[in-house]
Amino acid sequence: MTDISAAGPGIRRPKQSILTASDNMKRRNAAEVRFKAYGLLAITVSLTMLAIMLFTIFRDGVSSFHQATLNFPVELTAETLDPKGNRSREEMVKVTTVGYQKVLSQALLAELQARGITQEGVTDKQIADLISKDAAGALRARILANPDLVGTTIDANILAAGRVDGFLKGRVTYGTAERDNQISPDQLRLVEQLRDAGIVQSSFNWTFFTNPDASDQRPEAAGLGVALLGSAYMMLMVLVMCVPVGVAASIYLEEFAPKNRWTDAIEVNISNLAAVPSIVFGILGLAIFINFAGMPQSSSVVGALVISLMTLPTIIIATRASIRAVPPSIRDAALGVGASKMQTVFHHVLPLAMPGILTGTILGLASALGETAPLLLIGMVAFVDNYPSAPPEGFLDPATALPVQVYSWASRADPAFIERSNGAIIVLLVFLVVMNVAAILLRRRFERRW
Amino acid sequence: MKSFHLTVSVLAFAAAMPAAARDQIQVTGSSTVLPYATIVAEAFGENFDFPTPVVEGGGSGAGRKKLCEGVGENTVDIANSSSRISQSDIDLCAANGVAEVMEVRFGYDGIVFASAVDGPEFALTPADVYNAVAETVLKDGALVANPNGTWSAVNAALPDQNILVLVPGTKHGTREVFDTKVIIAGCKETGAHDLFVAAAEGADDKEKAANADKACMELRTDGKSIDIDGDYTETLARLDADKNAVGVFGLSFYQNNTDKLKVATMSGIVPSTESISSGEYPVSRPLYFYVKKAHIGVIPGLKEYIEFFVSDDMAGPDGPLAEYGLVSDPELAATQEMVASETPMAPLQ
Repeated sequence: MTDISAAGPGIRRPKQSILTASDNMKRRNAAEVRFKAYGLLAITVSLTMLAIMLFTIFRDGVSSFHQATLNFPVELTAETLDPKGNRSREEMVKVTTVGYQKVLSQALLAELQARGITQEGVTDKQIADLISKDAAGALRARILANPDLVGTTIDANILAAGRVDGFLKGRVTYGTAERDNQISPDQLRLVEQLRDAGIVQSSFNWTFFTNPDASDQRPEAAGLGVALLGSAYMMLMVLVMCVPVGVAASIYLEEFAPKNRWTDAIEVNISNLAAVPSIVFGILGLAIFINFAGMPQSSSVVGALVISLMTLPTIIIATRASIRAVPPSIRDAALGVGASKMQTVFHHVLPLAMPGILTGTILGLASALGETAPLLLIGMVAFVDNYPSAPPEGFLDPATALPVQVYSWASRADPAFIERSNGAIIVLLVFLVVMNVAAILLRRRFERRW
Repeated sequence: MKSFHLTVSVLAFAAAMPAAARDQIQVTGSSTVLPYATIVAEAFGENFDFPTPVVEGGGSGAGRKKLCEGVGENTVDIANSSSRISQSDIDLCAANGVAEVMEVRFGYDGIVFASAVDGPEFALTPADVYNAVAETVLKDGALVANPNGTWSAVNAALPDQNILVLVPGTKHGTREVFDTKVIIAGCKETGAHDLFVAAAEGADDKEKAANADKACMELRTDGKSIDIDGDYTETLARLDADKNAVGVFGLSFYQNNTDKLKVATMSGIVPSTESISSGEYPVSRPLYFYVKKAHIGVIPGLKEYIEFFVSDDMAGPDGPLAEYGLVSDPELAATQEMVASETPMAPLQ
């Protein structure tokens, strides 16, 4: 009413109908259509990026889950492996991997002769080069653990050299072998014969999950074992250190702390802490935990402490948000029937905030799992060949972590490591997806809306 | 009560921490030496009853600083280095109580120029490289801003291809060798160095020469010479993306990627372990590792590891390191003797 009277009788309004669109209306509708298109475009662009990234990772990485092996009988001759003949470990350790390598290559040559497989232009040494350099060490460890095997013939299932593996996967071709000084086309022809004879086989690569890292000369033997264990140790310690501290801090700040300048300052600082670049925590960790407190380098406990510092603000922020989301009526009711403040918090508020806390914790851990930068400085980006022992001593042993393994493989010279690196990314992504899905499911299942 | 128990156990855990003795060797330093050190560490772990040493990369300079942090179980035992230790590092060591350091030179590393495998051949000389990438070159008797756009403009015998050289970044040990053995050598060869000396400011000839060297090492900034701060894999990726590029690599990296790279000759010499050990191929550098002597006998297996590293089985001309691309040191026997007698290094000249 007021509008009409304000317009006054002197101003003529254009005749309007809700059935025909006015210019103004058309303009506004067009703007909406455009905005929707922008939104769609944004989503398409981000999904395309994601798809390209996943495609390249899977294209380059899936092959790492298959591995070429050589299967042939190996006669463990006592003369070479146990020259004294008394089967005592002290005597047998004197035979180095060089001796075991000879045993393996002789066995392969004998097998080829027995099967009548020959190939022009391949020397005996080149045939021996088809065996992974890691095989001798693996056989030596197996025999030293069980000296009675000496003198028997075992069916060896050993790793083939990286280039042979690459040939079965299509990475190495006759064309590249022409120019490659690690393998010749004739060797590849022999590999084809061996594959037809069933000596070279490709099977699921369990060693990728169990083996430790390997040096540049044996990409085929490199695995994620130490990295998986190190990451698991770290996540366990982060969980144990962060959740009690984070939840206690949040409860105090939300429910008990007086609201004054100090708590405001703390609140601002916690938010700031969450935004500090992770490398800063690495420098801090090096200075405090290693140089000052004297904790061992490269150990998962230092890694866990550093990552805990990073994860703590995330957990505190998530926990405070979910405690705040519990309606005050619950607290009022509990206090009204005579519960103490502490009873109110622990019997009513905390259980209701639990799903939110859990989700926040899992998401915090997921981001901690992928953290690399702080680990660079505390010596976890290293070549670690021995498994850390069982906890709690194992927490002090050197270890690596999954993202660190991706990083160190990506910078190796042999192209076979690129495949491994992408394989490790896939494993890491699977862990992250599982954690995020768990967080979503927990939230769906337990979340209460008020 | 519960919280009391928790506190006590956390304190006990923290107290037990430094008491745990370290039983594995800790190695850090040069990323060029890293692959060699891991090969040795792996073989050492396989063949000895000691745990496999933990080997880290991170750079020569950083490694030597870590070595000089002090003596004790939470400091490293060995620093790998692709350049010789400097007096400032030795001073730092002395200040932190690291009195005796053993210097072990275990071999040489060649630095090669390589281009895409299906591209044209390159037969370079230090002068060609200098004329291609330097900021200022000698042209018609005067120093001018580098006008060369193609390799054929530098030297008519080279392919008619745009210049693009991928040079290791300044934080790399490789860059030092590239600067001294290629750029300064080329600078002197072309005669530009003399003019730089004539133009240089300085109190005496030595200072003038140093300033002239510095002037030689200025690389052009118009995008034809690109510093690569990452490792050789990044250089290879850039070379894949731009087939015109010529990259600087370590010999071992090239030998592992012969299916993608074509190596350039330097002054007519093809780089190989043979031509480098004979000294014919000019661009090479010694590789070292530095051992904290105070840790020998404290960290189990340390002496065995060093002896194993320089043994003929490992660092010899037929060993796995040579197979990977290391140029064996002709004076390896002297090094072995030095390691056996645990002789610390003499003061720098």
